[in-house]
Formats: sequence, C-alpha cells, structure tokens
Amino acid sequence: MSATDALSALLLAAGSVFCMIGALGLLRMPDFFTRMHAASVTDTLGAGLILLGLMVQAGLTLITVKLIAIGVLIFFTSPAATHALARAALARGVKPLLAGDEVTSSKK
Amino acid sequence: MFVSVGLVCALFVFWILMSGYFTPFLLAAGLGSAIAITWFAHRMEVADREGQPLHLTPQAMSYTPWLLKEIVKAALGVSRIILDPRLPVSPTLARFRPSQQSTVGLVTHANSITLTPGTITVEAQHDEFLVHGLTREGALGTVDSEMDARVHRFEGGA
Amino acid sequence: MLSAAAVALLVTLALALARGLAGPTVFDRLQAGNTIGTAALLLLTLMGFLNGRPDFIDLAIVYAFLNIVGTIAVLRFFRYGDVSDPDRAGRGPR
Repeated sequence: MSATDALSALLLAAGSVFCMIGALGLLRMPDFFTRMHAASVTDTLGAGLILLGLMVQAGLTLITVKLIAIGVLIFFTSPAATHALARAALARGVKPLLAGDEVTSSKK
Repeated sequence: MFVSVGLVCALFVFWILMSGYFTPFLLAAGLGSAIAITWFAHRMEVADREGQPLHLTPQAMSYTPWLLKEIVKAALGVSRIILDPRLPVSPTLARFRPSQQSTVGLVTHANSITLTPGTITVEAQHDEFLVHGLTREGALGTVDSEMDARVHRFEGGA
Repeated sequence: MLSAAAVALLVTLALALARGLAGPTVFDRLQAGNTIGTAALLLLTLMGFLNGRPDFIDLAIVYAFLNIVGTIAVLRFFRYGDVSDPDRAGRGPR
C-alpha cells in the first residue's frame, strides 16, 4: 500500500465517520433547530473529507477538477438551503427549544 | 461589458473542464452555450458586479483558509456534543448588528456563520442578524466576533 | 476502503431516512431529505470510483444542483404557495 493510498484511506474513513455522526445527531437531537446543526456536520466535514480522499486517489486529473467543483458547489449551496429552512421554520411558527435568554450585542 | 466578457470566459472554461473533449464541434457548442447563458443572465438582470465579485478574489484567498479552519474546529466540537451520552446542548438565540455595509459582505458573513456547524443564521438583515446557536457559548461567540471583523476587512472596510 | 466508505454512507442514508419518516414537522423531513441528497451524491462519486467509471461524477454534480433547487422550490411553495418570484409574479421579464 503506497503513501497516497494510505492517506486517501485515512481521509475516507474520517469522512465516513463524520457523515455517520451527523446523521446520528439528526436522530438524537431534541428539536428541529438543533437537528440542523447536526446535519451541517455531514454537509461540511463529512462531505469535505470524503471528496478530499477521492481527490488524493484521482491525482492531478480532470476528475479532481470535477470533485473540486462538487465541493465548491456544496460549500456555497448548503448554507443557503440551511438558512432558507431555518427562516421558513421560524416564520411558520416552529418554536425553538431554548436553554436561556436571547443574547444581544453590547454595543448598539 | 467587462462583466459580460468575464462571465463568458468563466463559463467557457467551466465547460472545457467539465467536458474534457477538444473537438471543434464541442468547443463551438461550449462557446455558444456560454454566450447564450450570458445573454439570459442579462435578461434576468443578474450579470452585475455584485453577482460576480471578481474584485474580491485577493481577499477571498486569505479569508477562505481561515474559514475552513474554523469549520473544522466547530465541526469537531459539534461531533463531541452529538457523541456525548448526556447530549449537553443549550440552544440560544443571539441578536446583533453586523458591521458589514455591502450586500456581498453581509451574505458572506451570514453564510460563514451558517457554514460553521453549531451556529445558523436565521434572519439576515442589513441592521440585524438573528443567529441560533447549538450551545450558549457558540451563540455568544458570533456576537461582535472575529469573523465579523474579518468579513468587514474582506469586503474592503477599515 | 472505498467499499467501507460506501457502507458508512448507506448507514448515513438509513439514519436520515429514519428521521424523515419520524418527522415530526415538515421541516424535519425537508432537512432529512437534504441530508439524504448529500449522502446520495457522495455515494454516487464513490460508486464511480468503485466501478472505475468516472462518468458517475457528472451525475453527482447534477444531483448537487437538484438537491438545492429541490429544497428551495419546496420551501418557496410552503411560503408563497407558488414557486415563482413573488416580486415578479405575472410581470415577465422587464
């Protein structure tokens, strides 16, 4: 097993673990808003590490360029979808479970 | 005009990277598609400096690595919370005034907050952000944060 | 390692599907759908590598686009009862 194979395997393993952690959080969290935080672990670190692992395996080819394109796409679209979901949920009257008072800025 | 030429070039390069073929027909088809899409973008009035902030490229080069580092740190923190059997969450809302002036700056700030696991921008307006944090510390960390200052520098503010 | 990652992604899919079925609100289901979309596109790229057919990556790119467009379209429908731009409805291009 060469060094690149080992590195790729390591990245893929780490990415898989984070994907599963995110999905586990999606099941375990108590309310909708906290679940969104868990899902963003899958979207950022899980997807990023798996794509990175595949890039190491593909080397300097057009495939790597396409993998980067997928990564950039997720990087820009996932927050937009998350924000739209959170906003719509709040507008529709889904009450977030809160542990304390609202935090506000000291200067204003 | 400069924006349109830039958009055509960017789309054509994107086409070449996606296809990987260099036959005359496919290259011509790619150029035709790029020009057509630029024309559509004009009709939709989305081909402007704001939709294509090329002038921010140098700042993005220094901001993106910092953001990636923050994302990894935050994702590890959230993972630890998920795997903790006691599930120590303390969801909190934070309301504050972002220091950015331009729309690009505000969007970058809001997206950066959302992209960082543990914090989500729920409302993003010019004078007020509403952020939902998975923990109280996380929510507190977004108010008048380092990220705010960095994005302010990113958009060209002092 | 590729197949192990594929299995892990299948587990991710199953967990997200369980959340999608459990609900309770429609937004939980949408979030689950979003996660399923991400896991599916990663699975598609992995399948491309497993079978030695890199063309699958192009499918994954299309899937990434569909994922975001689908989520936003459903949300717009919930918010406005329509998927068109509310400021422009019925006016057409200027």
